[in-house]
Amino acid sequence: MEHDGIRARIRIERADFTLDVDLALPQRGISALFGHSGSGKTTVLRALAGLERAPGAYVALGGEVWQDEARGIFVPVHRRALGYVFQEASLFPHLSVRANLDFGRRRVAASERRFALDAVAELLGIGHLLERRPEGLSGGERQRVAIARALLASPRLLLMDEPLAALDLRRKQEILPYLERLHDELAIPIVYVSHAPDEVARLADHLVLLDAGKVVASGALGETLARVDLPPVFADDAGVVLDTVLAAHEEDALSRLDFRGGALLVGRRPEAIGAHLRCRIHARDVSLALARPQGTSIVNLLPAEVTAVAATDRPGQVLVQLRVGACPLLARITERSRRELAIAPGLQLWAQVKGVALLA
Amino acid sequence: MIDSADVAAVWLTLKLASLVTVLLLAIGTPVAWWLAHTRSRLRPVVGAVVALPLVLPPTVIGFYLLLALGPNGAVGQLTQALGIGLLPFTFGGLVIASVLYSMPFVVQPLQNAFEAIGSRPLEVAATLRASPWDSFWTVAVPLARPGFFTAAVLGFAHTVGEFGVVLMIGGNIPEKTRVVSVQIYDHVEALEYAQAHWLAGGMLVFSFVVLLALYTLNPGAMKGRR
Repeated sequence: MEHDGIRARIRIERADFTLDVDLALPQRGISALFGHSGSGKTTVLRALAGLERAPGAYVALGGEVWQDEARGIFVPVHRRALGYVFQEASLFPHLSVRANLDFGRRRVAASERRFALDAVAELLGIGHLLERRPEGLSGGERQRVAIARALLASPRLLLMDEPLAALDLRRKQEILPYLERLHDELAIPIVYVSHAPDEVARLADHLVLLDAGKVVASGALGETLARVDLPPVFADDAGVVLDTVLAAHEEDALSRLDFRGGALLVGRRPEAIGAHLRCRIHARDVSLALARPQGTSIVNLLPAEVTAVAATDRPGQVLVQLRVGACPLLARITERSRRELAIAPGLQLWAQVKGVALLA
Repeated sequence: MIDSADVAAVWLTLKLASLVTVLLLAIGTPVAWWLAHTRSRLRPVVGAVVALPLVLPPTVIGFYLLLALGPNGAVGQLTQALGIGLLPFTFGGLVIASVLYSMPFVVQPLQNAFEAIGSRPLEVAATLRASPWDSFWTVAVPLARPGFFTAAVLGFAHTVGEFGVVLMIGGNIPEKTRVVSVQIYDHVEALEYAQAHWLAGGMLVFSFVVLLALYTLNPGAMKGRR
């Protein structure tokens, strides 16, 4: 039963819905719970927090048991060292921003506080809002205050329920960099519920796919996204995420990114050499050739080995799983191409990458 | 024009209404909280009992209270055993009757206010380490403040305005149970229209001012839900 991350066994039966999950999430980084609406991801998050008391459930964080009904243990929400960010910011309307931030902070003994107000305000860029009232803030500002408020309660686990879902695209773009900073600078695990592939690809380290109340897959983001044996949850967005290091700036306004399977050229990046960049390669942007292509305008050509082939939900198209060095890659090609090129597991070929989306 | 008996009646009325308002808030708040949050099957039953004074003639409530508080009633025997004596035709009896009679005017605005807040702010407070008791005082009460204002004003005003229950339970004892409404009745019976005018006119102005204040400061008050 000992596990230094998050352990949860939750079973909830409702008239029209059964949730039955057994989760082991890592102690570090962001774990995304991904699924369509109705897949049960918010219910899992509420059960982790104790906002929902699932009969017979087991929830533990780093060996500290929060719920074990078999032993009659249920720690009430307000005694759990967690932070929870709801989909709507839910700031207290009767309190100023500063008093909102202080609400959780002053309920934690000074010796147990893990974050300073100034540092958190700076991290989330809300220092200039402290004396304002919640009703005067934009949606993005409110959500940043809500995140800061949760952090100032000194959580050992941060739970976020689609914190960007209620925001428009511009506000999302405004908040995402702050979430990345959380990821980089916080030493606490974050469980992040989302149904947006972009957010998951950009933020998550660990991915849990939920479907109809069941865990379909759970594993490191890169590996899990590259699986072809799963229902097509990302559908048109199927693709892999690569963690790369900015290796060099080259001529022709290009930058070279090294990853564990080789190198990619992308348009000149503003970051310094050595910066860690995450990029996403959609399966639809990868085509295959049996020999190294000559006379092609595509600059990113990678030698690869086919590891699996699977049908997609689109007639006439298949998903090919490849391995480039140590990294997986996905390509979506037509069934006819697969047949004519005789693509099957074990085949060595070349992958042509038409587009690399940088996520930073 | 206004004699000392009138002044005594006004004073007694204000004393009664103030005390009853305080008691109503103390009793009505937990009842309203329970009604707003419970999933119990007893909820509609309790809600209906609380609302009974809205539809029953005051004489019916007064009659049953008289029986219950009287020498042969359960409450009456209890108060006698405790050495308090019998409550009918005392100020204490009047307070009890008024609390029951004005209860819906306090419970319903509070219940509406608590329901309008919803569970989210309380869940947020819990995730920020506030115990249920803590978040009741620091989140629910401040957010329900318009509801408390409405409840207090309506409870006070309705107690000032009651007549039937007072007559049944309190009788008409100067300085003990003779409130303004009863005093007006006495004046009219005695054809003392001038004095009746002073008190009745005063009540009219008072009630209008109270309701005007309520509608001005808290426009949604009478619509129930805010």
